[in-house]
Amino acid sequence: MLAYTIYLSFAGALALAVLPRAGSQFARVFALLVAIAGLAVGLAGFISAGTGGAVAVADLAWIPGMGIHYTLAADGISRVLVLLTGLAAVAGILFSWTVSERTNEFFAFFLALIGGVYGVFLSVDLFLLFVFYEIAIVPKYFLIAIWGSTRREYGAMKLALYSFAGSAMVLIGLLAAYATAGAHTMDLHTLAAYPFPVSFQMWAFPLVFVGFAILAGMWPFHTWAPTGHVAAPTAASMLLAGVVMKLGAYGCLRVAMTLFPHGLDPWGFSLLGIGSWRTVFALFAVIGIVYGAAVALVQNDFKFVIGYSSVSHMGLVLLGLLTLTQIGIDGAVLQMFSHGVLAGLLFAVVGRIVYERTHTRDLNALSKLQLGRAMPFAAAVFVIAGMASMGLPGFSGFVAEIQVLIGAWYAFPWFAVVAGVGIVVGVAYTWRALQRVFFSDLPAVGPGGEDVPVPRYDPITWPEIAGVLLLAGSSLLIGVYPRLLLDVITPAVQALPHLLLTGGRP
Amino acid sequence: MNYVMPGVSFPNLFWITFPETILEVVSLVVLVVDLGFLRKRSLAFRMTAAGALGIIGCLNAIGWLAAHSAPMALGDALVSGPIVVAAQVGILALTVLVLLLSLREEFSRNPGEFVAIVLLATTGMMLVTAARDLLVIFVALELLSLSLYVLAAFAKNRAESAESALKYYLFGGTSAALMLFGFSYLYGLTGTTSLLGIASALATGVASPLLIVALVMVAAGLGFKVAAFPFHLWAPDTYQGAPAPVAALIASGSKVASFAVLVAVTSALVTTRTSAGGASWVVLLLWMAGASIVLGNLAALVQTSVRRLLAYSAIAHAGYMLLGIAAHTVQSGTAVLYYALTYAVTTVGAFGVIAIVERGVGSATLDSFAGLSRRNPLLAGAMLVFLLSLAGIPPLIGFWAKFNLFSAVLRAQTAGAWGLGMVALALGASAVSLYYYLQVLKRVYVVKPVSDEPLAVSPIELGTLLFIALAVVGMGILPGLLGQWIPLG
Repeated sequence: MLAYTIYLSFAGALALAVLPRAGSQFARVFALLVAIAGLAVGLAGFISAGTGGAVAVADLAWIPGMGIHYTLAADGISRVLVLLTGLAAVAGILFSWTVSERTNEFFAFFLALIGGVYGVFLSVDLFLLFVFYEIAIVPKYFLIAIWGSTRREYGAMKLALYSFAGSAMVLIGLLAAYATAGAHTMDLHTLAAYPFPVSFQMWAFPLVFVGFAILAGMWPFHTWAPTGHVAAPTAASMLLAGVVMKLGAYGCLRVAMTLFPHGLDPWGFSLLGIGSWRTVFALFAVIGIVYGAAVALVQNDFKFVIGYSSVSHMGLVLLGLLTLTQIGIDGAVLQMFSHGVLAGLLFAVVGRIVYERTHTRDLNALSKLQLGRAMPFAAAVFVIAGMASMGLPGFSGFVAEIQVLIGAWYAFPWFAVVAGVGIVVGVAYTWRALQRVFFSDLPAVGPGGEDVPVPRYDPITWPEIAGVLLLAGSSLLIGVYPRLLLDVITPAVQALPHLLLTGGRP
Repeated sequence: MNYVMPGVSFPNLFWITFPETILEVVSLVVLVVDLGFLRKRSLAFRMTAAGALGIIGCLNAIGWLAAHSAPMALGDALVSGPIVVAAQVGILALTVLVLLLSLREEFSRNPGEFVAIVLLATTGMMLVTAARDLLVIFVALELLSLSLYVLAAFAKNRAESAESALKYYLFGGTSAALMLFGFSYLYGLTGTTSLLGIASALATGVASPLLIVALVMVAAGLGFKVAAFPFHLWAPDTYQGAPAPVAALIASGSKVASFAVLVAVTSALVTTRTSAGGASWVVLLLWMAGASIVLGNLAALVQTSVRRLLAYSAIAHAGYMLLGIAAHTVQSGTAVLYYALTYAVTTVGAFGVIAIVERGVGSATLDSFAGLSRRNPLLAGAMLVFLLSLAGIPPLIGFWAKFNLFSAVLRAQTAGAWGLGMVALALGASAVSLYYYLQVLKRVYVVKPVSDEPLAVSPIELGTLLFIALAVVGMGILPGLLGQWIPLG
């Protein structure tokens, strides 16, 4: 059943691409209906599978000569991420209600991207996974290059080239695994059971891991993320941060770590205290957490603040994965969901609610607009999203981050401490942005000392309210009752190869 | 000398070259009809009539080949079998597409001659594909090359056309001379011109300096045909100056034929691990491949003419295919053929779009493509499909071709030491290639057009291009369709 998330999205994209330009409103409503249908299918699949193991979705021989199958299945991790994709898609369309230029094409690219993302999360055949992974690259380029803002062509090209370079690395690894195993299959579980030589895994693992981690925004390969996020139109930023970066993290776990678990083993020597790829990448992740947060602290463009915060939060995801503990990986998956929802919400406030009314993202300019009084709705939403994203208990971010930190404490105690510092810096940049944009102390007087009236902006529209309720509600729900997701994630993590759960203390 | 090749007889010769004969006859018919009966008619009508005749001829040849794909041979000189037939059918189909796309072209006042020479070139391609004897290979290659030189010069009112033909001819003549020189050394060393005989004569032993010289010369000749570094210099100028359908033919059918002969020659030169000169040949191919990949992709980055961009990308693609040839397994040879055919189809489509844009805007610079998506959405969609397929984005056919080729290289025991490194280079370079393909697509979709006026396309051209685009998508989603003729994996 879950396979229909993919088909619906692609069919919707195709329909929008070939249908006559029937008017923007039609395209919006159509795209919204398609996305809601996708979400409904994802939700139904999530509920019906309950806390069970992997659910087979489809299995057809695709290219028998090469042993490639069209195999889709969904374990708990996939089901959670499919749900996230559905949420992000619906919210993204709600927050792009004002797109009026080339509307059909916009939503066609949007739905094509969503279809690719669904496909990656559901693929079991690695070849198929790779196909969907690449399908997602091209729409991103056009979404940013056509409908973007600040330096959009640069941002779009940078994003496309980083993604493609990453996927070339992944493809090298996959081809090498395919040829080495010689089993004429690309099935994930069959290949994962093949005993690749440790020396092979030692180079294949970092290659594939970095290939995927580029898209997850791992330091030092993160530089596409802030520029891409800033250049993208609101909905594309929401998708980029919300689900596309998750593709990278998902690939790291599902492909790199599952296929080549011995790549995480110690090298047998250590250099400056670093003795394995695992430590190297965990170090990168921690640097990403602190660096992203620190850079976000000094940005003057509102969107760059959120863009760098994504780098920081994705660092937590990667750190969680590399702890190789049950709780750490649980937390990482939960953090993927949480960040997907919250980053979407933050980008929606910045790009849609505030920017489309004030036409500036400069913190200094915004601080003079008294947005706290002029746009109380935006202020309230940003307070909620900001608090949730900095890890306030009661929201999904807290549950996720605490689990990652506990896992990290078992595996890399010092990294856990540094990551904790990064989270504190996270509080600081959120606070700073909040204060500067919405609750500035600047007096409401003009240059001559006269009173300046509170500016009036277009009223908040129903799509915005609906989108906010959807995203904030999801975060709150998971924060209050995390078992909704954790009960599904935990069995799936336990079913991962044994070697991935041997880090730190049992 | 009373020398009779076993298995050679006139009925046999007639039988195995029947499709080529059809083309020869049709090319004469085209000339007679055009010059004899249609001289008073309008140029457009004559072009249509000549093109239609040529297409009918090609379709007949395809029909005959489809019914006679069983293996047969004419001594050691010509062979036929499923793979050869697949390549020949592919070449004929490419010619049909090129003819369809030239029906509305107005570069020539001699439509009969144009179509006749296109058919002669196609005959050359088909013969090259089947040839397994140095002399037959040389003669067939010359038939192909001479036809293409003439075709490149066909737009007589444009100086660039003449220039491109002259460059093509000078480079081609030199490399043909070198190749013939190399062939003569091979003959002198082995005492035979048949590839089978050469294979067994060279099966063991050490490489003499003479053999190395011969190999380098042969590499020069065939490297010219596939536009591999350092014999690629003609490609950008010829692609730019030649009439668009001719450039498409040079980039498609001619490439397929040349790669087919390169596969055959390689399998003769490297039969066993102990082949004399086998290792040297592989090293030669690898150097050409690596340099072509790097140079082609880097030079394409800075091009402002889409035709030149495609020329440099063709050099890069030739580099990828040379890797498959250097691996010299049966699978990698088949994979090269699959790659060459799918690449050729896509390139014909791309040149079709270029020709239409050129006619409407006046040039084929990057900026001429600005706003194509608004001036003609279908044409823009077709271009999107072609270029993404060339870049190797799934699920388009170009991706399968790459995957199939590189996995064949990695699986080849014969490519043990260099396989992974070269495949990594090729995949890294294809990430670079996305940049320049996106440069074109950026103009097509992102940049605003100078004028919003719709770009006129004749139904037949649009239909052909959409057919090619659908084929590229369809064969990408169901790669098994083509896999029935050319096995994958």
